[in-house]
Order: sequence, then C-alpha cells, then structure tokens
Amino acid sequence: MRKSLVAVALCGALVAFNASAQELKVGLGAPPTSMDPLYHNLDPNNQVARHIFDTLIDQDEKQRLRPALATSWKLVDESTWEFKLREGVKFHDGTPFTAEDVVFSIQRAEKVPNSPSAFTIYTKAAKEVVAVDPTTVRIKTDGPYPLLPNDLSNIRIQSKKAAEGKSTEDFNKGTATIGTGPFKFVEWVPGDRLVLERNDNYWGEKAEWARVIFRPITSSGTRVAALLSGDVDFIDNVPPADIKRLKSDPNVAIWQSVSNRIIYLHIDSDRDKSPMVTDKQGQPLDKNPLKDVRVRKAISKAINRQGIVERVLDGVGIPAGQLLPEGFFGVSPNLHVEKYDPEGAKKLLAEAGWPNGFGLTLHGPNNRYINDKDIVQAIAPMLSRIGIDTKVETMPANIFFSRGSKLEFSLMLVGWGSGTGEASSPLKSLLATFDKTKGWGPSNRGRYSNPKLDAALDEALRTVDDAKREKLLQQATEIGINELGIIPLHYEVSTWASKKGYVYKANTNQHTLAHWLRKG
Amino acid sequence: MTVFIIRRLLQSVLVLAAMSVIVFVGVYAIGNPIDILINPQADQEEIERATRALGLDRPLWEQYLHFVAGAFTGDLGRSFVFNEPALRLILDRLPATLELAFAAMLVAVVLGIPLGLWAGLRPESFAGKAITAGSILGFSLPTFWVGLMLILLFAVQLGWLPATGRGATVEVLGFRTSLLTLDGLSHVALPALNLALFKLALVIRLARAGTREVVPLDYIKFARAKGLSTRRVVLVHVLKNILIPIVTVLGLETGSVIAFAVVTETIFAWPGIGRLIIQAINQLDRPVIVAYLLMTVSMFIVINLVVDILYSVLDPRVRISEAR
Repeated sequence: MRKSLVAVALCGALVAFNASAQELKVGLGAPPTSMDPLYHNLDPNNQVARHIFDTLIDQDEKQRLRPALATSWKLVDESTWEFKLREGVKFHDGTPFTAEDVVFSIQRAEKVPNSPSAFTIYTKAAKEVVAVDPTTVRIKTDGPYPLLPNDLSNIRIQSKKAAEGKSTEDFNKGTATIGTGPFKFVEWVPGDRLVLERNDNYWGEKAEWARVIFRPITSSGTRVAALLSGDVDFIDNVPPADIKRLKSDPNVAIWQSVSNRIIYLHIDSDRDKSPMVTDKQGQPLDKNPLKDVRVRKAISKAINRQGIVERVLDGVGIPAGQLLPEGFFGVSPNLHVEKYDPEGAKKLLAEAGWPNGFGLTLHGPNNRYINDKDIVQAIAPMLSRIGIDTKVETMPANIFFSRGSKLEFSLMLVGWGSGTGEASSPLKSLLATFDKTKGWGPSNRGRYSNPKLDAALDEALRTVDDAKREKLLQQATEIGINELGIIPLHYEVSTWASKKGYVYKANTNQHTLAHWLRKG
Repeated sequence: MTVFIIRRLLQSVLVLAAMSVIVFVGVYAIGNPIDILINPQADQEEIERATRALGLDRPLWEQYLHFVAGAFTGDLGRSFVFNEPALRLILDRLPATLELAFAAMLVAVVLGIPLGLWAGLRPESFAGKAITAGSILGFSLPTFWVGLMLILLFAVQLGWLPATGRGATVEVLGFRTSLLTLDGLSHVALPALNLALFKLALVIRLARAGTREVVPLDYIKFARAKGLSTRRVVLVHVLKNILIPIVTVLGLETGSVIAFAVVTETIFAWPGIGRLIIQAINQLDRPVIVAYLLMTVSMFIVINLVVDILYSVLDPRVRISEAR
C-alpha cells in the first residue's frame, strides 16, 4: 500500500515536472503593492521591479556594484559623473535603450504623485542630468558626492516612450511596465498572482524560466506547506522553526545568506529624564542612567548574543559587533562582538553609581523582524540578572515605529538594512546627530550625538577616494559603537527554500529574484 | 411599511457617519501611517513630503471633511499603498470572497442539514452521538489551526488538493468565478471547508434541536398514524418545520462569512477582501480600512433590513409597525 502510494506520488511529481519544466512558481512572503518601479520605495516592490527593469549599476549578491545598463562610470571632475551606456540594448517593446530614457527615469522619481515613500532620496544629489549623446549621460552633483553610483543602483530605468505621462495605474495594468530586464510583464492580479515571461532578447545572462508566477503567501506556515505540496517551487522568508525540518527533507534545498540587516538596541542616551526608566520600585527616576556610557556598556555586556542566536533564532543570525557584517564597505577591523560578561556588567553598573541597578521597560515590535518578540523576551531576564529590572512590551510594527519616532521609549529593539550596501547608510540614519536641515539622524530614536562622529561622516560623504572614504567610515563607526550609541545584537540571516536540484544565489539584501535561481 | 423603511435608511446613514468618524479617530490613535510606509532610509525632508502627499499634514477634522466631500461623489479616497481608488480595490477582490462564502455556506447546508436531521432522529445511536460531538469540535477548534491541518493532510501528505490560492476562472455574466472549473473547485475545496466548519456545526446544532423538538409533536404522530412513509414524514413534515430558524440564522451568518473570512483567506492565500483588510490594517492604509468598513456596515444594514421585511412576509403574526 505504502509503496504504491509513493509510486503514485512519484508519477504525479514526474508529470507535473514535465509540464512545468520551464515554469517557476514562487511563494512570496511579502507581496508587491505596485508595478510602478518609482511609486513606493520598499523591498517587496523593489525586488519585483528588479525582474522587469534594469538599473544603470546593479548590486550583486553581496551588494557590490557592477555594470548593468551602464558599462562604465567615472568622475569627469569632482562633482560631475559620466556614465557610458551599454549599446544594443532594447526595451521589451523593441525600442532601443538610450540616454534619454536614463534622464527621463531619474527625473520621473520626483514626479510620481501620492508616493508614500519616494525614490528622490536616491536622485536628489543629481542636480543636473544631461544626455550628452545616445550612449553617454552626465550627472552633476552639488559638490563631491561619492555615493551617486550606490544611489543610482536603486533607480530602475523605464522606457521614456512607454512611460512618459503615464500613471501608477498604467504600470499596474502593464501598459507602461516596459523595461529592459530579464523578464517581461504579463499580468498582475493584486493579492493573487504576478505573471512574468522570459525576455529572450535580454542583454545579460538569460533567465532559466520561460514563465514565472509569483504568488503572495503571507502566512509562513502555509508558505512552507505550499512548497512541500508542490504548489510552488521556491519560497522566501522560511520561518526559523521549520529550517531544521526542511534541511532533512530530501526534496528540498535550503539557501542562506547573512543579510545587510542588523538588529540592535537603541538607547535614550540624550535626555536627562527618560520616559521608561524607573527606580527599583517602579517610580520615575529624575535622572537618566542611560546617559552614562558605562551603563550602556553594562547592558551590552549583559546580553548573551550567542545564546540568542542559537536558541531564539535557531541559528539564523550572526552575533554583531558593529553596523554591518564582514565584507561590507566601511566595516571596521577593530570592532568585535561584545563578550557575554554579566559579572563585568555588574561592576560597571556599580562604578557608574548604580550598584543596585534600576528598572526600565524594553520595547520591541512583534511582527517585523525574525522572531523579534522572542528576542526581546530573552533579553529582559539577562538585564534583570545584572540588576536592571526589565519589563517587556511588544506591539505590532504599525504602532511601534510611530511611538518610537515620537521618542516614547527608553530602550527598544529595532533593525536596519543598509540599502546602499555600505556603512554610511546606518551611520547617517541611526548615529548621526538628529538634524532636519541636513537630513541626518531620521531614525536616531535614541538621539545619540557626537560631533566627532558627525565630522568624520561629513568628510566621508564628500570624499571620492574609496580608500580614504572607507577609513573615515570605519572611524565614524568606531566612535558610535565604542560609545554605544546603539547596542548591536546580531545580523539577520535570510533563508530561502527551493525544490531539490535548484540553486539560488542567496543575497544580502533579502531579495527574492527568479533570475538568480537556476537548475543545478 | 414605507415609513418603516425610510426610517431605517435614515438610521443607517447615521450609523455609517458614526462609523467613519470612529475609524478616522481609531487609525489616528494607532499611529502615523507615514512611519510604517516610508522607507527607513528616507530623511526628514522626504518624510515631510510624503506626509503632505498623503494629506496627513492637515488636522484630522480637515482630513475627515475632505473624505466626506469625496464620499458624496462616490470617491472613498485612494489607497496609500496601492495608489488606486480604495473602493475599486475592494470591488476587484469581492468576487473571490463572495464565491468562497457561497461555497462555504453550501457546504454548511448540504452537510449540516442531513447530519443534524440524523442526529435529531436518532439521538441515542452511535452516529447521532458522534455527529453531536463532532459539532462541538467545529465550534471550538480554532480556524487557523484547522486550516493548517487541512493543508498538511490533504495537500502535503495526500497530495489530493492544492494548498493555496484561487484556481482558474471563467467569466459568467460579467463576473469571474472559479466555481465552474475543475481547477477552481479543487482550489476552493479546502478553504471553503475550513470556513464552513463553524457554520456547519451551527447548522447541525439547529437542525438537531429542531428535529428533536418537532418529532414528538402531534402532527408528526398523526402523519405516521396515517401510514406515511418515514421518508415522507422526515423530508416533508419535519424538514419544512425546522428550516425557518436555520434560514434566519444562515442569512445573518452569510454577512459575517463575507466580512470576516480574514483568517481563512490568510491561511489559504485566498485573494479576497479579508487579505486586503488585514494588509491595510498592518500598513495603516486608512482609505482602504474606511472603505472596507463602510461597505461591511452597509451590507449588514441591508441584510438586517431584508430579514426584518422577510419576517413579516413569512410569518403573518409579525407585523412591522411604526416604532413609537
């Protein structure tokens, strides 16, 4: 009986396999909300746009820049960049790709109405964009701006002919969704499926799949079940609890990569009184102990990062000692993961004048990062052990970030993914002094501030020489981390699962890309 | 009767107005949509621009008046996330939810009434007891757990049915439905069963209780004494008399199945309005939340009105009189 069942199942699998050898079905944890590559700057949308559209400069699986529609780029003078474009590239509708399309796409970033998060953050450095000839684009910036190539690796090039004057709805319907990318748009039924077809005239390495169907499956248990039942061939965001089981399944392959996302604690290191800090009896304190770097150091020492990674995250994390994992631009060789040392932490607390500790509430989201609420719950007793009586409060992300930005918390768990793939992104947003006019510190919810760090970062952002800039970024990182402007916990590891026999290029920016999946 | 209907409609308008105010204030109290919608890399300037672009920089009462002005022209606002009219997003996904609800109600009725009858006619038999006990499970097992178990059993272990999504559709009278294709039916089977479970238990309970009440009555005894076949007694005399409460309850339950299929739709990745609303709540997409709730409230108002009117038609003892 059992044997015959297996045989039937095998036959079924073979038939299904033959029918769909060229077709790939992907179960997405976070579905896109628009087909307009410049409407909403958010990962679920960007990863889909990467199938249909190309950028001038592409990010590889480790977010290193590599030529795409631009074959080379160089500085003409300190503030003028010149991009040489790839010749012979055609859009999906057959029109040739030229410099005009680049100018159009960059300028369109600020013209998309109602955008809840615009791409202008990547284009505003480009003060003037000129098509010199059909294969040359020059971009002038306001003073030296070394990050222009990184920024432009987020701007997807659309066809001027197809997209000029078109609205986001035209993109959603597909009439304007014409790119040069490895796949062509076929159909999008929001919430149900997105269908793409291979671009057989692609200028780069052609995709393995003639047809790709993306299906949104937001419930993670269902996503795994859909893979196991053969409904889909490839899923992202594998829940940590299922990884072990999937690894032992002979029909499934697991793909993992460290991500650019660091999970950290942000600390109110600025105010004289902090809203969630109390004495041991729960009465508000008139002093903020977190302003003292020794107290922050004590908190960092009290946390058993290895334990969290092993037991709370089932291994899908790497203990962190700074802003980005090894291999990224700007990572300092002088910073190491803080050792778990509760005795040392107690000593530091006593030195700082808090031998008996104090009380506080640790806040965190409960549906944003991998096992976020469990991490928060694991940290609380670690802090209580050194005398800081810690209460825990977790909430959905839609409430958490609003309250965090209103500075209602004293100690909170947050994550940060570096979209540019280098250290200036977290430095600028998390550790630089909050300053509206400069656009610095928008996510500095602890309001850490050190003029030395600001100065080093400021210089780095004006230094075009890569080696010098990296030094400056390392220096700024060292200042911020040594003073514990944030307490790094771990880097998230992203996990994909596919049918056996497929190979996925697991990548650091957590993107699920059909053209990076091949048959082994 | 006319006065009654007019009065009810006026009351409905008040309910809708009150509801929209509550949602506006509620979403405002939860948090600022920008904080969840914006890319974390954005600087303060971009945050301010986005706030203005979505009209969130204006005071809440002004935003509300703007919404009301639009609502009178049939415009319930544009989704922050999709940049499409909120009402259209909902209407686009409504057919999927309606067919799921329809399939679920069908399962509940087609299985529930015979099972309930059986349990009512033979309450002491093993089958009767098993059915009653089973209905308790239907009430008490959490939907999401049953859903996952159904997927594990029928999709992963046995491989009989697909685990997720909606199958191929065909167009009938301007609607796209998946209930008329084999692929569509195989996709709808599990979610419909999952969604039906609670209603099924309810129907079984109602049918069983009704049957037990009706069977000892004189007219049934008389029917038997006349020598009618058991079949006729059960199918005509018993069934007819237990249907009234079942129809009433099912009418009301249909509304809740349509409006609150959230869990089932999420588990089975069913592309209906339940998934839309849960996503809208997670991202504080206020126009969609408001439009969805307005639609839901309207639906319940209409259903209640129809039920009230039907009552007076079905049962001559009930008269709709002007409330004093």
